[in-house]
Amino acid sequence: MQRVAITHVAQSSGAESRESLMDFTYRVNREVLDKAGLQREDVGCIIAGSADIFHSGLSCANAFDWDGIGAFLKEGSRAEESAFSFIYGCMRILSGRYDTVLVTALVKGSENPDNDPITSFYGDPFYLRPTGINESVVAAMQMRQYMERYSVTEEQCAQVAVKNLGNALFNPCADRKRRVSIEDVMSSERIYDPLKALECAPKSDGVVAVLLASEKRAKKLTKKPVWLAGYGCSMDHFHPGDRDLLKGRLPEAAKRAYGMAGIAYPRKELDVAEVCEPYAFQELLWCEQLGFCGEGKGGKWIDSGASRMDGVLPVNPSGGVLATNPYPARGLYRIAEAALQIKGEAGEHQVGKTVRKALAHSTHGFGGQCQSVVILSA
Amino acid sequence: MAKEYRTIRNDVALPYQWALGRTWTRFFDGLKEERILGTKCDRCGKVYVPARSFCPVCFTDLMEWVDVKPRGRLVSWTVVNTSYHGQVKEPPYIVALIRLDGADCDFHHFIDGFNITDAGERKRKLRAGAKVKAVWSPSKNADIRDIAWFAPV
Repeated sequence: MQRVAITHVAQSSGAESRESLMDFTYRVNREVLDKAGLQREDVGCIIAGSADIFHSGLSCANAFDWDGIGAFLKEGSRAEESAFSFIYGCMRILSGRYDTVLVTALVKGSENPDNDPITSFYGDPFYLRPTGINESVVAAMQMRQYMERYSVTEEQCAQVAVKNLGNALFNPCADRKRRVSIEDVMSSERIYDPLKALECAPKSDGVVAVLLASEKRAKKLTKKPVWLAGYGCSMDHFHPGDRDLLKGRLPEAAKRAYGMAGIAYPRKELDVAEVCEPYAFQELLWCEQLGFCGEGKGGKWIDSGASRMDGVLPVNPSGGVLATNPYPARGLYRIAEAALQIKGEAGEHQVGKTVRKALAHSTHGFGGQCQSVVILSA
Repeated sequence: MAKEYRTIRNDVALPYQWALGRTWTRFFDGLKEERILGTKCDRCGKVYVPARSFCPVCFTDLMEWVDVKPRGRLVSWTVVNTSYHGQVKEPPYIVALIRLDGADCDFHHFIDGFNITDAGERKRKLRAGAKVKAVWSPSKNADIRDIAWFAPV
């Protein structure tokens, strides 16, 4: 079968940018083409990842985003979940129609309303919106169930924020980076009790561009191609009340991705993971569901230090979404970071060991309704 | 909020008019009569509330209407202490998942009816499995807020 490679990536800082959205988008796309030594017209096809109306205040971002991505006169598409944009781009290569595809995700979180009012609009206007449901509300209820069912403590959840904000100190693109203690996290405002302010992701700016190529082309473009080894996605019911919030679709998405990548023992075979954790405790829950530790063992997992930068399976060496949350772009950021770790180009947050296989995860919807897992290999 | 660089503020308000459909119209009309209506799947046996016109799992029509009790047990909850644009209630307030007696899915609503700002009170009244009952609004509009909140029993 045809193989798909990531040849180059470029990303902006997650910090507030004073550039206009179009200029901000252009800058990162120009950078990735420069890295690859390509011009706009050399790229076969473009896939965007953006969420137009609520995250940009624009209708039909396909129209607006196009110039900044260099997609003028090209075939392409767009998804609101940037992990989907990535896989749509990979499929364009697999189809044999294109030998290069540029996948770009973008948002300027600093320009639009807070995440909570925006995610309220996931809900219908009859039932969920009038009962105050938003992403944080569902996450907080999920956290309470998680702690209660498995005796995971608030302090263990807080440790995720300590780890990830600390890792972010070594990532020049991170938005929020702080050396914080468990006490700092525990004493931050209980905005959605039991969720505390430092356990909730910020709202960031961000453009990330990933250049994909066919095997033949990739080998000409770079000495260090990063290969797509596996992908899985699974979607749960819309209504959070129809689900068990602790038994979501991530195990199924992971199973599909591991099956495709031929991974039997994820904890042993993966070298690093970039996990989408807009709420601290979710990193623990997702790690369980990705098979890094047993069900209900997320608290012990973080206590063990296994997911630290120097642990057996570092999770979010970039600082993750708790540090940088360019909402619709955050999935592609995870993929780009996983690729950089394999290339050995993650800079100060490069993990200490050789990275041959990396996992990138993305989620959106209430309580992890939609889950995507990407496996990349050297 | 003023920025150090030039910006333009643009507030967008657009009217949308969503159809409830027959099933949800009947569900909301039921609330006006202080009834909580669900529908039962004759394939998997699951009772959904609010009522649905089809079972999302079996993907078949739901024909059987059932009265679900206006009481149940607390599954999970959060105390909202933060403010945001367009918020439906003045914080603090409690949003909960409630398993109504006779239902096979969780219902979203508020918990109130005691001093929710008192952490000690919350600890005494709120735990997974605690019994709660619907408190009806005195004036009703055939919408979800016809139930004012659920109160611990």
